[in-house]
Amino acid sequence: MAEAAVAGNGAEAKMRVWRGDASGGEFRDYTVPLEEGMVVLDVIHSIQAMHAGDLAVRWNCKAGKCGSCSAEVNGKPRLMCMTRMNTFEPGETITVAPIQTFPLVRDLVTDVSYNYEKAKTIPPFKPKPKEADGTRRMYQEDIDRVQEFHKCIECYLCQDVCHVIRDHNENKPSFAGPRFFVRVASLEMHPLDTDDRLEFLRNEAGLGFCNITKCCTEVCPEHIKITDNSIIPMKERVVTRFYDPIARLLGALGGKKS
Amino acid sequence: MAGDSYETHEYDVVVVGAGGAGLRAGIEAHDKGCKTAIICKSLLGKAHTVMAEGGIAAAMGNVWPEDNWKVHFRDTMRGGKLLNNWRMAQIHAQQAPDRVLELEEWGALFDRTDEGLILQRDFGGHRYARLAHVGDRTGLEMIRTLQQRAVSLGIDVFMECNVQHLLMNDGRVSGAIGYWRESGELIVFNCKAVVLATGGSGKCWQVTSNSWEYSGDGMGMAMEVGADLIDMEKVQFHPTGMVWPPSVRGILVTEGVRGDGGTLLNSEGERFMFNYIPEFFKAETADNETEADAWYQDKKNNRRTPDLLPRDEVARAINSEVKAGRGTEHGGVYLDIANRRDADYIMRRLPSMYHQFKELADVDITKEAMEVGPTCHYIMGGVRVDADTSATAVPGLYAAGEVAGGLHGANRLGGNSLSDLLVFGRIAGESAADYALGAAAATAPAPAEVDRLTTLMLEPFTDRGGENPYAIHGDLQRTMHNLVGIIRTESEMLKAMEEIAVYKERAARVKVEGGRRFNPGWHLALDLKNLLAVAEAATLSALECKESRGGHTRDDYPDPDPRFGSVNVVTRKHNGTVSVSLEPLPEMPEELRKIVEEQV
Ligand SMILES: Cc1cc2nc3c(=O)[nH]c(=O)nc-3n(C[C@H](O)[C@H](O)[C@H](O)COP(=O)(O)OP(=O)(O)OC[C@H]3O[C@@H](n4cnc5c(N)ncnc54)[C@H](O)[C@@H]3O)c2cc1C
Ligand code: SF4
Ligand code: SF4
Ligand code: FES
Repeated sequence: MAEAAVAGNGAEAKMRVWRGDASGGEFRDYTVPLEEGMVVLDVIHSIQAMHAGDLAVRWNCKAGKCGSCSAEVNGKPRLMCMTRMNTFEPGETITVAPIQTFPLVRDLVTDVSYNYEKAKTIPPFKPKPKEADGTRRMYQEDIDRVQEFHKCIECYLCQDVCHVIRDHNENKPSFAGPRFFVRVASLEMHPLDTDDRLEFLRNEAGLGFCNITKCCTEVCPEHIKITDNSIIPMKERVVTRFYDPIARLLGALGGKKS
Repeated sequence: MAGDSYETHEYDVVVVGAGGAGLRAGIEAHDKGCKTAIICKSLLGKAHTVMAEGGIAAAMGNVWPEDNWKVHFRDTMRGGKLLNNWRMAQIHAQQAPDRVLELEEWGALFDRTDEGLILQRDFGGHRYARLAHVGDRTGLEMIRTLQQRAVSLGIDVFMECNVQHLLMNDGRVSGAIGYWRESGELIVFNCKAVVLATGGSGKCWQVTSNSWEYSGDGMGMAMEVGADLIDMEKVQFHPTGMVWPPSVRGILVTEGVRGDGGTLLNSEGERFMFNYIPEFFKAETADNETEADAWYQDKKNNRRTPDLLPRDEVARAINSEVKAGRGTEHGGVYLDIANRRDADYIMRRLPSMYHQFKELADVDITKEAMEVGPTCHYIMGGVRVDADTSATAVPGLYAAGEVAGGLHGANRLGGNSLSDLLVFGRIAGESAADYALGAAAATAPAPAEVDRLTTLMLEPFTDRGGENPYAIHGDLQRTMHNLVGIIRTESEMLKAMEEIAVYKERAARVKVEGGRRFNPGWHLALDLKNLLAVAEAATLSALECKESRGGHTRDDYPDPDPRFGSVNVVTRKHNGTVSVSLEPLPEMPEELRKIVEEQV
């Protein structure tokens, strides 16, 4: 543990934190003692306790499991609780700003209700009947790919970086965003589900806006391959259904799920 | 201040809490035809339930057909040192399998057996591999499934809304008052029944796996309106929390590590748990390494490894090893799975543990041992409820999940919380709905009462002496850690009571900076009320309980005492005074007693 030397040695964290609300604000500088192993969220908590009791921030688990503490650290969308201070240069001033795609509430807290509204629009799980013996048989290999999607902690970092809404607020009503493409893919690929959400994906969810830049995949703290494993397969299904004449004919004859 | 404006909402049933218990209760109340609201103080989906790792205990018998509710009941009672409410333990063991299967109907995807059924894993104190799980992120699967179900049913959810006080009318619950975190504006609910599903109170302690939400709000509010709390001294210190680096101290390391083959070692490389097998568990615990290791594959011919003794035993053992000078560099012991299972297996079974250690401690658990030590994790005590209805002593008030007491007795087995949430969440929702459907329309609170409570809530903004809420909270956590921690003694607890009295007095002089909009300093200032009430209840109960059993260990009374073996320690508040008394446990019927006492 070479790092042990750092602890309690008078090392300091220099932070530049956004303070303010929708009516305006500014970055303010804070300096707090740096302890061994600290993450950005710890430093924010020290600032709260020592200098700014009203500094607004969301957090719960402190272990990358709840997806509450999303922010932009030195301009990069990150979970503050999983960003170690020792990944920065000693003495470097670290900038912490709220995520940019959603309206600011105060300091590091943004209004993420967009996501909760989108969640309400998704046609829910609709299972097929049980097996004759009353069980549900599914095999691990059939659910592996959906379990990947279920890892999503709803941190909304993918939503934050997606240019379709980050740069174009006006797209929000007609675009569900990568988090919800993952969600729809998880339902569409669920071995028991019988509903069909391709029309929904094409229309309300605005899948067509996505031009596969993969920015969402790059920031996902759960390492979900959002683009390759959910968006692209969904796009393929939409194309097959709506733009491939043979599939369309089969669809009209009653074949439903691919 | 008094006269501050507020918005009002009318419901049949208001559920405070959106973890597993609250969501399940809300779904049930809604399904029964009640206009239902679910309230939570974080965003939806971020409650503690999301952090649960290892699994949900339910005797489905998918891996061991020998398993059934009776075995689960027996394990739960024995793990709880027979202090459990037997009827709760019975209902829990009987209904847990249906509740897990119901999650599957709502879209959950548990890991599978080769036959395509729900896979079950080993956990401490459970005779058979019994925990339905998804890798080590079971709670996430559970909360998402319930959350999506609640949303699809159109249940109203009030998130980032903090309930501060219950409202009463004519001796029964008539609603609740609180504030929106975002705006700081006040909000009143008028309703016929309230379900408390607010979770636990681990934030009273310094080293804890719990988040800021665990300030004991449900317990504090229930006590305030006359409900009883039981067994508040029974606090679970989970044996394996992270110990290094300091900033992550207390974060949980799932028991699944040991369930999947990991073993505890002291600094001399000894598997010390063999030295700590209590008489009570001797007959069912392996006394040598060969048998312990063989047990993972063959449970019929081998006894369980002592690494998986109930949590209280393991936590005390670790504590003793460290005290005896056989701890690690940072005051823990080693938990080794690297030398026992191959890297692929570890990555598949414990992906989030791998991630957690890699990112937060620079430790690769497929190559090196982890350093672990006890962390405050769960409170067995809580609001006293009726086993069949989850009703508290206050008409119209129900409680389920970690906020309620009774099911787990003196010590909770891992996996028995998630099942508790589902089983008793459903029961609480159903009973609250039945009650509400038969009750008269909700009444609005008297304006004077609203004024009184509003004044309390806004007081921290007035200049009363400049105490910092963060400082008081930090001091309280240190007091509880040092003086009412894993090993307790009378003189220290009396000192703790003196210190808590000082904190109460300081809390009355808190002054917060900033305004009402999303102000965590103000929120914490208000949380102090419940944190202090729970700390006091736990300390008073611990003083009264002059014995050692499960999650309550006294240096001055190191053994179990039959006097305390068949009673609950009850805390209640009457006319502003908190009192503690011993009251007999409900008597277990003969046929169940036989199951519990049966030797295996
Ligand atoms: C890291 C960790 C791992 C765990 N692993 C397991 C496991 O593998 N198996 C197992 O069985 N158990 C496990 N547990 C225990 C289990 O997760 C918890 O006991 C359980 O999730 C509690 O659920 P709940 O529904 O009672 O409360 P929670 O899920 O904590 O929900 C409480 C809810 O109440 C709300 N609330 C609280 N106060 C207020 C208020 N004043 N106003 C409004 N809302 C309020 C909160 O916002 C939240 O929504 C684990 C616990 C932790 C911390
Ligand atoms: S891949 Fe699509 S969804 Fe993802 S960030 Fe790019 S445009 Fe957005
Ligand atoms: S998909 Fe990944 S980045 Fe997007 S919300 Fe889920 S966890 Fe976060
Ligand atoms: S606090 Fe839960 S992800 Fe950071």
